[in-house]
Amino acid sequence: MGVESDVGRRWVEVRWHGRGGQGVVTASNLLAESALLDNLYFQSLPEFGAERSGAPVVAYTRIADTPIPFRFPVQEPHIVVVLDYTLWGHLPVVLGLRPGGLLLVNTPASPQVVVRSLGWPLATVATLDATAIAQATLGRPIPNVPILGGLLRLRPVVSLEAVQATLRQRLSARLGHQAMQANLQAFERGYQQVQSWEGR
Amino acid sequence: MALAVSSRVPPVHGLGTPVALDGGTLVAHAMRQTRPDVVAAYPITPQTVITEAFSQFVANGEVHTEFVPVESEHAALSVCIGAAAAGARAQTATSGPGLALMWELLGVASGMRLPIVMHLCTRALSAPINILCDHSDAMAMRDTGWLLLFSENGQEAYDQAIIAVRLGEHPQVLLPVANVLDGFIVTHCVERALLLPDEVVSEFVGEYQPAYALLDLQRPVTVGGLDFQDFHMEHKRGQVEAMARAKGVLEGLFQEFAEISGRIYRLVEPYRLADAEVGVVVLGSTAGTVRYVVDRLRARGVRAGMLSIRSFRPFPALEVAAALAEVKAVGVLDRALAPGASAPPLFSDIASALAGVGLSKRLLGWVYGIGGREVLPQHIEGVFHTLADPSVPPGLVGWLGLREGR
Amino acid sequence: MLSLRPWYEEPPGGLLPYPGNSVEVDTGAWRSRRPVIALERCVHCMICWAFCPDSAFIVQDGRLIGVDLEHCKGCGICARECPKACIAMEPEPALTPA
Repeated sequence: MGVESDVGRRWVEVRWHGRGGQGVVTASNLLAESALLDNLYFQSLPEFGAERSGAPVVAYTRIADTPIPFRFPVQEPHIVVVLDYTLWGHLPVVLGLRPGGLLLVNTPASPQVVVRSLGWPLATVATLDATAIAQATLGRPIPNVPILGGLLRLRPVVSLEAVQATLRQRLSARLGHQAMQANLQAFERGYQQVQSWEGR
Repeated sequence: MALAVSSRVPPVHGLGTPVALDGGTLVAHAMRQTRPDVVAAYPITPQTVITEAFSQFVANGEVHTEFVPVESEHAALSVCIGAAAAGARAQTATSGPGLALMWELLGVASGMRLPIVMHLCTRALSAPINILCDHSDAMAMRDTGWLLLFSENGQEAYDQAIIAVRLGEHPQVLLPVANVLDGFIVTHCVERALLLPDEVVSEFVGEYQPAYALLDLQRPVTVGGLDFQDFHMEHKRGQVEAMARAKGVLEGLFQEFAEISGRIYRLVEPYRLADAEVGVVVLGSTAGTVRYVVDRLRARGVRAGMLSIRSFRPFPALEVAAALAEVKAVGVLDRALAPGASAPPLFSDIASALAGVGLSKRLLGWVYGIGGREVLPQHIEGVFHTLADPSVPPGLVGWLGLREGR
Repeated sequence: MLSLRPWYEEPPGGLLPYPGNSVEVDTGAWRSRRPVIALERCVHCMICWAFCPDSAFIVQDGRLIGVDLEHCKGCGICARECPKACIAMEPEPALTPA
C-alpha cells in the first residue's frame, strides 16, 4: 500500500540496498540529518537484523514536511538505491518501486544496460560508478557518499547546502578535516557523473 | 489513492533544540542530563546504542557518572541496587535476555524501594533466539513491582527518561522505574526530536535527596534484613501502596514537565475516541500506525479511535474504563504471549479494568509483532473491520501477519 | 520485643532506621550452654569481648565483670578464644519450679 501525503506536500520514501560495510545506514542517516537542516521531518530506519560485514543490508529514509506518524518499513518507495550491483538477482530490489520512481544503481554500466536487464521501463533508471569515485577520492571502496550526490542530482529531496553542511559537520568530527574534504569531493563527483534514463 | 498523513498527528512540538538522533542516543542524552551518580550496564542488542553513547559522554567528561562496565546484567542491577541503597542516583539499560538475567534483582530493587531507572529496549525472549522487538521481556516484568512507562517514539522515550528520575525518587513513591522503548523501531530510528537545555533538565530533576542512605553516617540504617511472616506482609502492603500513589505523582509530573517542555503527556492517550464506535488499545510504537489507520478510516466515515497506554504499571484502570466507556467494540493488541492464560497480558488488564466498573463490552484481542514481525496499516485495518463485524465472536481472534496455512 | 506496627507505619522496604535495636531482641533464649568465667584467673585481655558476636561481655573500668545473659546465644567462641582457658561452657541450669 502507498502512504501518501496531502497533494502538493512533500513526501518521499527511499529504500537503500547494500552490504554491511558499504555505509548503507550511514547514507540513510546522512540524508535524514540533512532534512533536519532544511527544517523538514524525516526518519531513517535500518532494516533490523544482526549486522555482519558483507551481508545484505537494507535501510529506509522518509522525508516529509509534516510529522511522520508511523515507523514500519517502507513498502512502496519513490526511490530505490542499490549500492552493490552484485545483489542484483539475489534480492527483489525493485519490489514496490512506484511508477515514476527512481532506481539508482552503483555500477560502471550504463542505465540502458540496467533497463534491459529489468525489462521494466516504468521508473527513471540511473547508474553511477560510485565505487570508482570512492576509490579515487577516499581511497576506499565505500560508495555511500558519491551515490548520495547522484541521488540529490536526480531527486533534490533535500537541499545540496544541507547535505554539504551535514557532511562537513558529521565527517570532520568523526574522520578529520582531510577525510571530510575527500568526502565532499566524492559527493560532488557523484552529483556530476550520475547518468539517467527517463522512464515513460 | 491519496490519503492524508494527518496534521492531527501529535507533532514533535514544544521546546528544545531540533536534533536528528535515534531513540537510543536521545535516551543517552537524557541520562547525561539527569546526572546519575552511578550507571552500570552490560551491552546487549538493541540497548547497546544507549550504553555506547552514554559511556562516550562519560569518557568525554560531559557527565561525572561512575560508569561500571560490569560482567553481566545480574551484576549491572546488583551494582545499581548497592549504589541506590548507598544513596546514589543509579541507572541502567538492557533488553530481552539481559532483563531475564536481571530477574532475581528486579524484585530486590522494588522490594527495597530503590528508585533505580532502567531503560528497557524491548526484545523477544529466547528461544528461538531473536534480537528484534516484542514485549515479552517487558510483560515478564509486569508483576515485579517496577513502574513501566511505554513510549511511542524517541521524543517520548527521552522525555520519559527525564520524568522517570523524578517519579522513582518521589518520597511518596520510592520505586524503580522502567522506561520502555521498542527495540530497533524506536532505539535505532533516527527522527526529528527536541533536546531540552541541560540546565532545564538539571533543574527539573534536581539533586537526589534520599530519605535513607547507607552512606548517611548521621542516621545509620540497616537494609536487606531478614523479613519473615511477622513483617514481610506489611512491607509488601506498603510497596503496593507506593505503586498506587505513583499514579497521582506521575500525573503531577506530567503537568510540571509540560511547563518546561510544552509537551503534554497523560497516563493513557486517547485518540479520536470520544465518538468512536470501534477502538483499538495498544502499547508502544505501534500506536503511530494505529493513529494513521484511524485517520484513514475516519476519512471514509468509519468512527474509529485508539487508546495508547503510557503508564502500564501502575495500570490506570479507571482512566482506561472511562476512555473506552462509549466505544461499542474494543480491540486489544498484545505484543507478547501468555501461554496457557485466559488471554494475553494487555487484554487481561483491559478486560479487568472494564469489568471492575461493571462495563460489559464487545472485546476482541490480537497478538502481533512477535519476534519483530512487522505490523502494517493493512493489518490494523483488518482489526477495525473485524471489530465492526458483529458475527465475529469476542475473545482472542488471532495473530496479525501469521502464516496461517489452511 | 520489636513493636508490631500497622503496615503504613513501617519504614519502606523493611529497612531498619533504628540503630542499635538488637538490644531489643532476647537472643539469650536461643542458648543451650552458657559461658561461666573463672574471674580469678582472668587477665582482662578483652579477647572474649572482641570476639563475641553479640557484644554480651560486660566491661567496667577496663575490667571484665560478667556476661549479659539476655543476649549471649551460647555460641562458645569466647571459650575457644580465651588465652587463659578461664571460660567454660556449661549446660543451662535445669528449670526450677516457680
